[in-house]
Amino acid sequence: MDDPVTVPPPTAALAWWWALLLPLVLIVVAWSAAAVDAAVEARAAGRPGGLTVPAHEVTRLLVGQRRRTLAADPVLWRAGAVVLPVAAVLAAVVIPLGTRPVADLGVGVVWFNAMEVLAWAAVWMAGWGPNSVLSLVGGYRFVAQGLAYELPHMFAIITAALGAQSLRVGDIIAAQQDLWFVVIMPVAFVVFLVSAAAMAFWGPFDAPVAGDLAGGAASELSGVDRLLFLGGRWLLLTAAAAMAVPLFLGGGAGPLLPAWAWVLVKTLLVLAVLVWARRRFPTIRMDRWSEISWMVLVPLTVAQALVVSIVVLAQGGL
Amino acid sequence: MVVTFWVLALAAVVFGFGVFRLNSMAQVTFSLLASFLAVAGLVLLLGLGYLGVVIVLMMVIEMVIMAIFMIMYMMNPAGLMPMAMYHNKPGAMTISVGTFVLLATGILLVDWPQRTGAPAPDPTFALGRALMGEQMLTMMTLGITLFATIVATVVLSTGRGRYDRLGDDLDARSADDPLGGGVGR
Amino acid sequence: MTIELFLLAAAGLFAIGLYGALSQQSIVMLMMGLELMLNGVILAAAAFWYFLAPAGTEGQVLIVVVVTAMAVEMAAGFAVATAIYRARQVDMTDGAADLKG
Repeated sequence: MDDPVTVPPPTAALAWWWALLLPLVLIVVAWSAAAVDAAVEARAAGRPGGLTVPAHEVTRLLVGQRRRTLAADPVLWRAGAVVLPVAAVLAAVVIPLGTRPVADLGVGVVWFNAMEVLAWAAVWMAGWGPNSVLSLVGGYRFVAQGLAYELPHMFAIITAALGAQSLRVGDIIAAQQDLWFVVIMPVAFVVFLVSAAAMAFWGPFDAPVAGDLAGGAASELSGVDRLLFLGGRWLLLTAAAAMAVPLFLGGGAGPLLPAWAWVLVKTLLVLAVLVWARRRFPTIRMDRWSEISWMVLVPLTVAQALVVSIVVLAQGGL
Repeated sequence: MVVTFWVLALAAVVFGFGVFRLNSMAQVTFSLLASFLAVAGLVLLLGLGYLGVVIVLMMVIEMVIMAIFMIMYMMNPAGLMPMAMYHNKPGAMTISVGTFVLLATGILLVDWPQRTGAPAPDPTFALGRALMGEQMLTMMTLGITLFATIVATVVLSTGRGRYDRLGDDLDARSADDPLGGGVGR
Repeated sequence: MTIELFLLAAAGLFAIGLYGALSQQSIVMLMMGLELMLNGVILAAAAFWYFLAPAGTEGQVLIVVVVTAMAVEMAAGFAVATAIYRARQVDMTDGAADLKG
């Protein structure tokens, strides 16, 4: 090859073997959140313990048999279950674990969003695959929900990038040295959390896998596929919560503790808010949520982006 | 790098073939998506980070929406009863193979000019500068086009106009919609 | 990796898309063909940018324009398909050939 392609060298990334550790880190964080969630549920139901529920569930699903349905589309069905956790891990590669991410991409926030969107395809495929009405309805629900919440999500992320005048996650953290973005752009932060829950079909947005559809897109999944799908959903939620830290909460900034510990603490706090929201609010009908997104959240985030860009311009940016 | 190129280029073409070979419309759609993702990989390989990732983002969204329409308008969405829905297959084959031969001849015979200059250190930044600078007119045209598309497509595809929603004199106090929505109108 | 290889791959995608656009009866499949043709155009534009004029931004702007064209094409195509289906349950191109000379 006489003409080597110029790929910008990764400047501030972690060593390559962190790419292997990253899924593990995500799983540990998601696992602890799931354990606490199960413990809270057990306590609410008056049962003791609950912390071991995730371990029981994982074991049960690992040894479980695959359900077969008539005239299924196995290719897309399996792909749907596999893509979800893979997308979550890929999304997480741009999140600084401490001060440096696994991959320091110049277009980090766009990458994060693009990988999150893979969840659409995953849930739809998982809903389509088994040739079952309820799961297909769940898949369609998620497409409508993803479409409605992708725009506010994108605007919220872009607002943070706008404030830092960079798409690189490291630059966004650097821009928050004096003041966290959550103070400058509270609307974007709240919308990011709300839409992150919607993109992970979590909390009040879990209509795609809700009980009125007998589990929706996940209704026919069993065994390892179900583990990948539901585990992938936890990972996606964890990745979104972890992304809120560099975007709005100053990354690893904080007194006393090292950067990685602060990232962990902040991630767990955001995750706790999301988990709490699911317990606090009931699932709300799709048509209601969709209209709220289009009519309220989109204008709000556009206005927030406009305000931030005017401030950036007034401070002499670019 | 060369290996990556061959893998991605082959994947793009093979999945492209898949679009017209597979029976299940859902698989057809995702085959097209795979072809797009391979091309996005090639664009990334050429150092266009932003455009490559944006192609991934856009095409995933576009193809998932495409899948819905595919299933809505096809007689046989799951491909459980394979059927051929072609017209003028030999003619189409002749024209497309002819086009490929013509293009390939041109590609191989043209004496391509030498590469001039080097990419900007940050192509994304250069693109943004261009779109907000000398290519501003292009960007504004795109914006207006997209806006016109939104209005035109909604008008074309909706079955209900304002008279259906607000009455013949447009004086109904609240719109008569089949679904309520969450803002309480 | 040379410009010829990239352009050949792009031409392949373009030709496959052209075949689909010409031979498919279903409106939706026809649009898949158009999308595949534009896919080839994106690849060609990126190759032209990288191998001929990397210093400029014209190649990148061309990709932005093509991606927008794809979005517009798909939205307009589905709107027309929906309108014509609503009017007379037509989902094949042969059923909408009224204006054929």
